Amino acid sequence: MKELTDRALDTANVLGAEYADVRVVRRRDESIAIKTGRVEGVASGESEGFGVRVLVDGAWGFAASHVLTVAEADRIAGEAIRIARASATALRNRTVLDDRPAAHGRYETPLVEDPFEVPLEAKIADLLAADQAAAGVKGIAFTESSYAAQREWKTFAATDGSLTEQVITHVGSGVEANAVDGDEHQRRSYPDSGGGWQAAGYEYIRGLGLKDRAESLADEAVALLAAPQCPSGQFTIVLDPSQLYLQVHESCGHPTELDRVFGTEASYAGTSFLTTDKLDEGFRYGSDLIDIVADATAPGGMGTFGWDDEGVAAQAVPLIQSGILVGYLSSRETAPRIGRQSSGAMRADSWNRIPLIRMTNINLLPKPGMSLDEIVADTDDGLYLASNRSWSIDDRRLNFQFATEVAYEIKGGKKGRLFKNPTYTGITYEFWRSCDAVGDARSYVMLGTPNCGKGEPGQTGHVGHAVPGARFRDVRVGVGKW
Amino acid sequence: MNDDRARDALALAEAALAEALRHGVSEAEALVMAEDSALTRFANSEIHQNVAETNVVINLRCVVGRRVGVASSGRTDQEGLRRLAESAAAIARVVDELEDWSGLPGPTETHPVAAGYSPATAAASPEFRAEAARAVIDAADAAGVVAYGSFATGSESTAVANSKGIRVGGTRTTSQLITVSMGPAGGTGYAESAAVDAQTIDAAALGREAAAKARATAEAVSIEPGEYPVVLEEYAVVDLLDMLGYLGFSALAVQEERSFFEPGKRIGSELITVADDGRDPAGLPMWFDYEGVAKQRVELIDRGICRGVVYDAQTAARAGVGSTGHGLPAPNPYGPFPLNMVMAAGTASRDDLIAGLDRGLLVTRFHYTNPVHPKLAIVTGMTRDGTFLVEGGRIVGPVRNLRYTQSYLDALAGTVAVARDRRTLRGFLGGVVVPAVRIENWTFTGGTEH
Repeated sequence: MKELTDRALDTANVLGAEYADVRVVRRRDESIAIKTGRVEGVASGESEGFGVRVLVDGAWGFAASHVLTVAEADRIAGEAIRIARASATALRNRTVLDDRPAAHGRYETPLVEDPFEVPLEAKIADLLAADQAAAGVKGIAFTESSYAAQREWKTFAATDGSLTEQVITHVGSGVEANAVDGDEHQRRSYPDSGGGWQAAGYEYIRGLGLKDRAESLADEAVALLAAPQCPSGQFTIVLDPSQLYLQVHESCGHPTELDRVFGTEASYAGTSFLTTDKLDEGFRYGSDLIDIVADATAPGGMGTFGWDDEGVAAQAVPLIQSGILVGYLSSRETAPRIGRQSSGAMRADSWNRIPLIRMTNINLLPKPGMSLDEIVADTDDGLYLASNRSWSIDDRRLNFQFATEVAYEIKGGKKGRLFKNPTYTGITYEFWRSCDAVGDARSYVMLGTPNCGKGEPGQTGHVGHAVPGARFRDVRVGVGKW
Repeated sequence: MNDDRARDALALAEAALAEALRHGVSEAEALVMAEDSALTRFANSEIHQNVAETNVVINLRCVVGRRVGVASSGRTDQEGLRRLAESAAAIARVVDELEDWSGLPGPTETHPVAAGYSPATAAASPEFRAEAARAVIDAADAAGVVAYGSFATGSESTAVANSKGIRVGGTRTTSQLITVSMGPAGGTGYAESAAVDAQTIDAAALGREAAAKARATAEAVSIEPGEYPVVLEEYAVVDLLDMLGYLGFSALAVQEERSFFEPGKRIGSELITVADDGRDPAGLPMWFDYEGVAKQRVELIDRGICRGVVYDAQTAARAGVGSTGHGLPAPNPYGPFPLNMVMAAGTASRDDLIAGLDRGLLVTRFHYTNPVHPKLAIVTGMTRDGTFLVEGGRIVGPVRNLRYTQSYLDALAGTVAVARDRRTLRGFLGGVVVPAVRIENWTFTGGTEH
């Protein structure tokens, strides 16, 4: 491998690169999909290749190939240089990278039980048992259960002498029960609508206890068919971690990506309302209770690693402190523009994509005081919303609308009857300023999503979110008509 | 087969199939997807990302009796193929039987669509893409706005070989240029084009279109959310077709009772006719699917009436019909998809569409749409890059972006005019050919600050 990385960097140097890096990645995937008690799909996959990124005359070029030979390293390095020279024909500001120490070392996701060593039959049996428990409930039309594991072996080398090796393992699994009656289709899922995901081994899957939760989950999906429509109006809402993590993802994680702030994602995903003047002025993003950190060192998070894909060491960076904007997710190119060092958030979706600023683990920190149950007990009149069903947010990350699988009425501090089809909407900073209770460590849980989309060509990111539950006042609930 | 790359891909598929059959399986299918693609991206009126890749994926489906296993790999050497076959066969031996497994599909007659391949696109260079980016940037400079966007070019060779005798391969090319312009006082505009032949994309014209809209949307004002008649430009109509294809026109969605589709049910006005046609040269053609079955034209909606859905081999067998050639790579829990939707043109000019609005909104495109109630096709999303108030048939001025929560079925039913001109664009499911439309009612449920 070192022969290939050395050759790619040498060739890039000889051809005029002022900086170059190369990543060699081998990825292994395994997935199981079960529908209504039947194993629909079991697949394994392997992908390997390398990508060379070069900076020539202040302009970027990148090329990648699945052919792991020295001759191909020469070709790809040359192609990257040619591409960079083409970029230079439409360049107005030379790229300048921050200084960072050369990166050296090895990182491996800590795990107890290697998911790829657990026999496939055993993993199928575990998932099938959970799925069948849900499918067996009267009134369930279909169930969907899934398991997936991914491991990446990644070598990073750069012309500044950096050389790191990482082995990163992610696993995820979940059960979903669906009830259908005419035009009404209700769904309940556990631990989250996309499954629970962590950087861990199979011990995480065992710990989810999918089978134990499946039957009650399915009962609730059936009960939702007959439940009344969620009322519309201004409400106090309490968000379960299974919804709050996505609220953090969409309305804090993405708008604090500094490349969005600088417009470099404008043509696809959009920009951000959190412009750098708001950093300077100490913009009030949320209430005093809101502390959000980008923590690439958090145990179990899918945004946890040793170094990012520019060779910047993993770190914890505050984004929001006591409700005030204090930082961004950044890169070696963007951080100097606000007088800072990279926050180590450059991540690439495998060997054939450039690193982009991505979320690591964007965590809403718990507040000592009330458990989530105590927050509910402290609420006279409101709604408890759990498990995301749909999401949408505008191109500057201000106006959002979420639907959840279920709402529970809260009356006199107690969770009561179910409501179906709940939605809520708001403006990001108004919403976070309305937060008057954040749960303590007892509801703090690491969740995440394996399908965060960004970039052109498209990239899919694995990101983590540790959150407790929280309460928000005067939120608009119920939109649309059906 | 339309070129040497397709022949190479088919030879690799045959080699993978032969390796699979040495592992004692009863059926096997090798799918090879090879691509050479590149994308030049620009922002703040300069190229900031510029990438290219060479990649190949071999997807091997092995069947033992009624047990199915799938493995994929990027390794093309004999040892890589051996390991791939071993992996797929091993999975097939441990999974449960699929009681309704119908077997792999057999050969169908496939004929390449010559219009699906452009040598110029296959040979597109970084310099060619940079020139197009500069043309967009120059148009933005001339209008006093800032350019953002991307220009993608690529060739994709696909080949399928299976134990039932399918041997098919083909190469197609695609290209797409998108641009967002941002002007003073919050103005933004958008333009896009997709084509088989990248040389036919007029980058300067797209740059001028987006720049003019960015100028026209400066100083947008808030408008109360509520119900408005709308004219949707082609860029917005893409989302209607994409979402309805995803939610309703897949045979699997119907079989799982998730779809709104019922044969003969009226879901649209008389003006709505939509087909999926992988052979239509107006789109981005592909003449066989990922199971190697010839793509058929499927009438999805005929003058407002639900007519058909698309099938892959498995959903077709369940329904007792033949595959329409809409299979995706295995394993595929999502079912078949319409990847080449074509909406019939109407008779109205763009000016006619706008002239028909007494008081309504002209919408350029939608952003971040997501189903809220899948079976009723209720979708939420935002407008973006050009929303205008129209009064008395004339554009009055720009308005700030709005959130909507709207049944796309109701939108089809409320379509009162369809434009005679159409654009070829890319949706999230594939190439789409669409006109602009006027719809008598659209439910906007919120606003934002820009």
